[in-house]
Amino acid sequence: MKPKLSAQELYIHRQKKRTVQIHIARSLILLLFLVLWEAAADLGIIDSFIFSSPSRVVRCFYDMLRTERLLFHIGITLFETLASFTLVLLFTLFITTCLWLNDRISKTLEPYLVVLNSLPKSALAPLLIVWLGGNYKTIIITGMSVAIFGSILSLYTAFTETDSEKIKLVKTLGGGRKDILLRVMLPGNIPSLLSIMKVNIGLCLVGVIIGEFIAAKVGLGYLIIYGSQVFKLDWVIMSILVLCIIAMGLYQCINQAEKRYLKKI
Amino acid sequence: MEPILECKNINYSYHSMTGETPALSDINFKLNKGEFLSVVGPSGCGKSTLLSLICGLIAPESGEIIYEGTNITESSRQRFGYMLQKDHLFEWRTIRRNILLGLEIQKKLSRETGAYADKLLETYGLSAFAQKRPSELSGGMRQRAALIRTLVLKPELLLLDEPFSALDYQTRLKVSDDIGTIIRQEKKTAILVTHDLSEAISMGDKVLVLSKHPGKIKTIVPISLDKNLSPLEKRNCDEFKTYFNLIWKEFESNEAET
Repeated sequence: MKPKLSAQELYIHRQKKRTVQIHIARSLILLLFLVLWEAAADLGIIDSFIFSSPSRVVRCFYDMLRTERLLFHIGITLFETLASFTLVLLFTLFITTCLWLNDRISKTLEPYLVVLNSLPKSALAPLLIVWLGGNYKTIIITGMSVAIFGSILSLYTAFTETDSEKIKLVKTLGGGRKDILLRVMLPGNIPSLLSIMKVNIGLCLVGVIIGEFIAAKVGLGYLIIYGSQVFKLDWVIMSILVLCIIAMGLYQCINQAEKRYLKKI
Repeated sequence: MEPILECKNINYSYHSMTGETPALSDINFKLNKGEFLSVVGPSGCGKSTLLSLICGLIAPESGEIIYEGTNITESSRQRFGYMLQKDHLFEWRTIRRNILLGLEIQKKLSRETGAYADKLLETYGLSAFAQKRPSELSGGMRQRAALIRTLVLKPELLLLDEPFSALDYQTRLKVSDDIGTIIRQEKKTAILVTHDLSEAISMGDKVLVLSKHPGKIKTIVPISLDKNLSPLEKRNCDEFKTYFNLIWKEFESNEAET
């Protein structure tokens, strides 16, 4: 028994070592990038006025916290992203259910959904702003427009690919369409819904930034556009880095939710 | 004795844009209370279609299905228990909640029915697994759980659609023995659809042989093996072989015609 146990231990040890190595390598890449960037800027290899530098970004971050209400800008972008994400989720569930309940409507609407999904949504943003005005509602709608069509199409496909025998089972137990929806379709497709949500959160952020580019007076998208127009490139690069952190954070939230769900079942 | 179920001149075809496929033609048979009918036939003979018709999932193109003196309707479905080829236990529910699915749907979930479900779990050796997920159970246990999901609704008539075909041979023998015995114990009327002749003979009181394309009744063979024997024990009887050969011949002649 003993040698077998140690083989198992050896395996676990090797796996753990691998994980640690990967984490170290990841951190090293980031560190190396920052060091090279800083060094290149300090030694004058790159122009820190255009390319900024880690120390300038940090300084800019602290300055803007005080002078430009940076947290307010971040908060607005986050709020708009989460609002459009939540609305996309609700609309996706509602519209997909309607489509699933009525086969004829879904067949009729299919080409329109496909076209709207393939359309580059940034092309819609200027129109939306003229129609709806330059306020946060427009930006939330721009965020939604990027994610919603693909989201509906994906969930609808997941619905139609649900095992028809499971539907038959509910029917043989005396269930109707409501039972099929509530007991098979929705609970059975939670894994698909979670992976759709992972895509959506990123798309909503893209949409919100596009909206802020064009119409906003606040938000990180506004800071990026304004910063580039007045050549405060520290602002632009700092905002982009904050966006990186936001994107990663939001994705991780859903990723953790997904992991917990999959562990539970 | 008045039959509990009667099928009169049933015809059914499947339709598609490329044409019509007759599935069942002129099906006539009667089933008494407490009887176990096995239906055998080659694949594509409309065996499963027959069960869907009896269950009321689809309506026959012509003919009548009479259950206890009245035509089959949507509501009579609640009095039947249907077992599918696979267990289709939902992974997002525990075994106990899977078993309560039918009660939830029919809004019959109460303290009594819940207790009855627990009693069935206990009787059939699954109470230790009540809070487990389906993936933690073996194939045989899952099929037993699926049977309990059906039995907890206290169905008067059980419709078994090749319920063992997804299991490996050994498990299949054991589970069919198990489930055959359970059905006898609960004194249920049952129709079993299968392509396994031995299974049909060892479990049924009568064996109905269907022909292929479209499914027509070739013959109905009454089986008079000792009813007190379990399906596995029946396989050891001398008459078992005789029945097997008899039904096999019907099968063969069936192939020759087509």
